[in-house]
Amino acid sequence: MAPLLLVESLKARYGPVQVLHGIDLNVFDKEIVVVLGANGAGKTTTLRSISGMVETDGRIEINGQSIKKLDPSEIVRRGVAHVPQGRGTFPELTVEENLKVGAFIRSDNDINIDIEACYQNYPVLYERRTQTAGSLSGGEQQMLAVSRALMSRPQLLLMDEPSLGLAPQIVEDLFTRFVTINEEHGTTMLIVEQNAQLALDIANRAYVLESGEITIEGQASELANDDAIRQAYLGA
Amino acid sequence: MTLSVRRIWGLNMDLFLQRVFDAITNGSTYALIAVAMVLIFKATTLINFAQGEQAILGAFAVLQLWYWGIPMWGAVILGMLFSAALAAGLERVFIRKFDPADHLPLVIITLGLFLVINAVAAIVWRFDPQSFPELFPSGNAFTYNNVRLSWYSIFAFGSCVLVLIVFQTLLTRTKTGLAFRAVSSNLESSRLSGIKVGPTLQFGWALAAAAGTLGASIYAANPVLQIEPSMMLRALIFSVTAAALGGLDSLWGALIGGLTIGFVQSVVVQYIPFIPNEMSLSAAVVVLLIVLTLRPSGVLGTKAVERV
Repeated sequence: MAPLLLVESLKARYGPVQVLHGIDLNVFDKEIVVVLGANGAGKTTTLRSISGMVETDGRIEINGQSIKKLDPSEIVRRGVAHVPQGRGTFPELTVEENLKVGAFIRSDNDINIDIEACYQNYPVLYERRTQTAGSLSGGEQQMLAVSRALMSRPQLLLMDEPSLGLAPQIVEDLFTRFVTINEEHGTTMLIVEQNAQLALDIANRAYVLESGEITIEGQASELANDDAIRQAYLGA
Repeated sequence: MTLSVRRIWGLNMDLFLQRVFDAITNGSTYALIAVAMVLIFKATTLINFAQGEQAILGAFAVLQLWYWGIPMWGAVILGMLFSAALAAGLERVFIRKFDPADHLPLVIITLGLFLVINAVAAIVWRFDPQSFPELFPSGNAFTYNNVRLSWYSIFAFGSCVLVLIVFQTLLTRTKTGLAFRAVSSNLESSRLSGIKVGPTLQFGWALAAAAGTLGASIYAANPVLQIEPSMMLRALIFSVTAAALGGLDSLWGALIGGLTIGFVQSVVVQYIPFIPNEMSLSAAVVVLLIVLTLRPSGVLGTKAVERV
């Protein structure tokens, strides 16, 4: 079976600094895949390469079609949604407007149905629907950012450190909800994380990225028991 | 140095009212240019110094079309379309290729455009003042003793409010407006949501230029003024001040700012004897200084809040 996302010998640089040294990874339909790595390993750059925000060398394909050289606004239309690190919301817009922007590429009549679905996923967003996104707490903003991305009805959802700066309890709720979304909507997810424990709990497969290279890959359950991983990322 | 208050409550009440009406008239035209600047500032946090010159070029286009025999209001609408198309072109050629986050090169480009457009207008239409046909019914809507409220004043103010309502509706009720506000709010997430940032900002430039041209046409149609290529220089300074005063990202703030500046220019300066008339421009800026000291984001501006 061909993967939904295929990345092959991907290289990226910011000016003279080479960040990715040729990485290979793939994500199959309906999978949750996590990329672990420390600060500066190239996790964010990997996601930004896929969604067209940085220039790259190598192959990036969605459903067997190259998406390299496409504008980010076109890559969304190929079914890839991206929740960027930190602020993925529009702070001056209301919660409901944020969701409508998420549906910008769509012109069907089901947008309101999907907004209702977002409110069912995260009832607190319904309570806050007329507030500006900037007035939400960090956890609520992350829920909104994820919902905003889901509004484009993506095949593949890229998430950049969704746990960053959030309290452990909130992170756990957030990740549990990712599993529900994955099961109910069949949304494929590629998550980059430093929080290895939770990420490995919900993922099917995992990669470890170190200094711009993939050093370990395997089933999430295997990696969770790997001594090297436990020492480096699980604090054990 | 005392304020000559008695002159306000005394015999010259008529004069006072007259000056208030003048304030509203001038303020409305400043507000229309200010609205154009606010629109571009909202999206890019950039002040377009060429806005006034784009507007006067548009007004000259209106005049030219009228010379060619097109009815006045038809000429205004065509002139607005012309300056919208021109602004879209300027955005595409001179603005888009630069990093929107790096303001200095962009500000210098808008200053350059300011000089070039001013020169082009001067070459084509010369510096001789020409009279601009009236846009609104002449005469007064209301006369009481020596106080006259002209139809021109009423329509100038009404046009300004109408433009604001149209813009407000466009920004809050349409998909393009939503995209425009999204781009203003978060550039990266806008691209990731599938919004084509370039064309969206280009739309803002076009819309701003159309509003500017309407503003300049109304300004030039003032029966006591004549059109010439540098007529917007003063108005531009008043408009920038108005925009800043209202809060650079607020449409209605532009109206409040415009009226305030009009009021300072036509009323305050007239009644405070130690401010010479020549200083009315500076007086406007002093008011701005006071307002921004008390409210750094302007009267209706959004406070910059960033959650980390």
